[in-house]
Amino acid sequence: MSGRQPVLTMTAISKSFPGVRALDGVDFRLFPGEVHALMGENGAGKSTLIKVLTGVYGNDAGVISLAGQQVSFSGPMQAAAAGVSTVYQEVNLCANLSVAENIFIGREPRTLGAIRWGEMRRRARDLLVKLDLHIDVTQLLGTYSLAVQQMVAIARAIDIQARVLILDEPTSSLDATEVEQLFRIMRQLRDEGIAIIFVTHFLDQVYGIADRITVLRNGRLVGEYPTAELPQLALVEKMIGKELDVLESLDEHAKRDLAAIEANTPFLQAEELGRKGSVVPFSLTIHAGEVVGLAGLLGSGRTEVARLLFGADRADHGKVAVDGKPTSLRNPIAAIGHDIAFCSENRRTEGLVGELSVRENIILAMQAARGWLRPIPRRRQDELVDKYVKALSIRPADPEIPVRNLSGGNQQKVLLARWLITEPRLLILDEPTRGIDVGAKAEIQKLVVQLSDGGMAVLFISAELEEVLRLSHKIAVMRDRQLVTELANDHTVDADRVMQTIASGTHHEGPEA
Amino acid sequence: MTTTSLTPTRDWWRIPQRYVPVLATLTLLLVMYGVGVSQYRAFSNVQVIFNVFIDNGFLLVVAVGMTFVILTGGIDLSVGSVVAMTAMMSASLLQGGVHPAPVLVIALLVGPMLGFLMGCVIHFFEIQPFIVTLAGMFFARGMCTFISKSSIPITDPFWTSMAQERIGDPKGNFVSISVLVAFVVVIVGAFVLAYTRLGRNVYALGGNQQSALLMGLPVGQTKIAVYAISGLCSAIGGILLSFYTLSGAPLIAVGMELDVIAAVVIGGTVLTGGSGYVFGTVLGVLVLGVIRTLITFDGSLNSWWTKIVIGGLLFAFILLQRLIGIRKK
Repeated sequence: MSGRQPVLTMTAISKSFPGVRALDGVDFRLFPGEVHALMGENGAGKSTLIKVLTGVYGNDAGVISLAGQQVSFSGPMQAAAAGVSTVYQEVNLCANLSVAENIFIGREPRTLGAIRWGEMRRRARDLLVKLDLHIDVTQLLGTYSLAVQQMVAIARAIDIQARVLILDEPTSSLDATEVEQLFRIMRQLRDEGIAIIFVTHFLDQVYGIADRITVLRNGRLVGEYPTAELPQLALVEKMIGKELDVLESLDEHAKRDLAAIEANTPFLQAEELGRKGSVVPFSLTIHAGEVVGLAGLLGSGRTEVARLLFGADRADHGKVAVDGKPTSLRNPIAAIGHDIAFCSENRRTEGLVGELSVRENIILAMQAARGWLRPIPRRRQDELVDKYVKALSIRPADPEIPVRNLSGGNQQKVLLARWLITEPRLLILDEPTRGIDVGAKAEIQKLVVQLSDGGMAVLFISAELEEVLRLSHKIAVMRDRQLVTELANDHTVDADRVMQTIASGTHHEGPEA
Repeated sequence: MTTTSLTPTRDWWRIPQRYVPVLATLTLLLVMYGVGVSQYRAFSNVQVIFNVFIDNGFLLVVAVGMTFVILTGGIDLSVGSVVAMTAMMSASLLQGGVHPAPVLVIALLVGPMLGFLMGCVIHFFEIQPFIVTLAGMFFARGMCTFISKSSIPITDPFWTSMAQERIGDPKGNFVSISVLVAFVVVIVGAFVLAYTRLGRNVYALGGNQQSALLMGLPVGQTKIAVYAISGLCSAIGGILLSFYTLSGAPLIAVGMELDVIAAVVIGGTVLTGGSGYVFGTVLGVLVLGVIRTLITFDGSLNSWWTKIVIGGLLFAFILLQRLIGIRKK
């Protein structure tokens, strides 16, 4: 590529937030007709770099040039007008508007100031058909799944006639076929000469599509490499800045003797527990010290099971026993009373209070459990918080900065710390590693193993089978809002077999059976 | 609306959820009208409907402005006071011998200006609209008594002709100029919301402000614009009210903002923003008007019954909105 001119160069970009130096002299260049992966752990500065580029944040120092011209965008609209379009990690569209409008709002076709709805709908349909998406564009966006919404967001970005298309974690809510569909579009756009910045945590996807990789770490540039010359292991090492062998050591954990665990007293027994329109009645037993993996596709009812067990939704069918005694988990307070903790999937909306500090967020659940009339002494708070900030290596290690300034992975750790501090006996983790980087992922996985070794029961929900297989003693497979089977995670179980079970919905016996 | 069908045809009868609140209001209105007609012989007279419009023309205009504000998720408590202030100002200027044309211009400028200022404060200082417009409400009400402590009669010939002009059919049914003005405002309002970028940005802003910002929409301008629009509608409403009463009184239209908000919400606009129609607002105003008419026809009921019924309806409608919201989830 040396002979060609980059379409975009960012030179010596710096940006600070109160308490956090998010970017420190970062260089970045992008050539036309390439897919360029921007990699780094959470908090490495990827999102900040993109927001500086599109003018959401101003930069403290550095120069941005687009096609040789120095630019400084005042916001996403100006950036888009200059040909730099972004699709963000979370779908940033309006669910209350129609699909067609979400694609065209701000750029609607008009005559004399009046929007031409027919023309807009027709163009929206054409555009979505190009993306192989056949939906009714007059329906409200909110009536479609997250994956469809993501594709609509991409359609919007593409239609702006982008020269530079930024995809910030576009795949975190898509399933395998949808990812493939997206990649096909990305290749098509790349071949048309569009430069694509692709931010993701999925290493396989990077190797599946990216031409070059730029790695950031702690707000600094590590380097820029052609994908072919950077093996996966080397990439991970560059991202986390140290050799990675934690994951390997975890692999043995799950294959331990399930019988020993099952000999423990069951902590929680759910019998034919269900809720109309949410989950078909299921039975599940979780023992002390046991990690139960909950596998299944997005929307298969995994989260709904967790919500029932935590009392966030009320069961209308079946029985629950804790420590062998029948009880009812009719609301989260009851569940917390039984030492059950629930780390929700949507950490931003359901878990953390962005404006409060790390310390205040961590103390929240414990304080609630004690009752508000018995405040926890500040010294005790500091002790506890320090302990967990260290144990989970939350970065930056300053407990007084607002949680909203932390990266996704670190927010997840804060949420975990909040529940761990209450010393639960059953910890429900709903997608604890989604959208966070390899390093943080490994740390969280290690933590799950430690906790279960210490006698805590864990219900581990994840879309990544590898992770479920690595950690679980027992895997419960969900399909179409139904718990189809339980697999003991012995040496006969591998990803293929779980996948088959998810696909077919029946219990396949191992080859020796 | 032609929707080439990607939705299965068996769903043709299914009403999209976004229209449910408006249709509920329409049904309610028809039922109330039906009750009126069945109970009172004179109720079926066309003039009864026309009178509802005549008596509530100014309310309708103000409610259109409020619809814009509520669609963005905001609220404007200043409208009642701005209506009164506009009427007072017009009456005072006319009493001072100013020609009606400049009076109209001045009256139509002050309201939007106050709205614009409130919008700027809301946007630039990120202050809750509730408190900013509450301040605007006190300010405008204070201005009324500053202009005059007592009511000012209007004797200007243009104003009196506007008040007395009857536009009617040969059978003797008629509407006032106010009703025509209100209709124009409704049509312009509906057009702006449905067919202009400003209107669609209003919906986007009410749907998700963060997204609207990231989609590059002019969030600040839109926010300021809706308060200015609401101010303009209040100013027009104030002039219509002065046509109607031929005076400016410092304590007129007290609490009107609450009637207006009630009408907008009963008309199906969601208080959190992003969903609703001007047509719904028209229905909401009519519901209030018909309730009053029914109670007048009855004769034996205290007029406070109006408030009780409106209260009950408001409860019912916010519950309906909530239920639809939950079902969507």
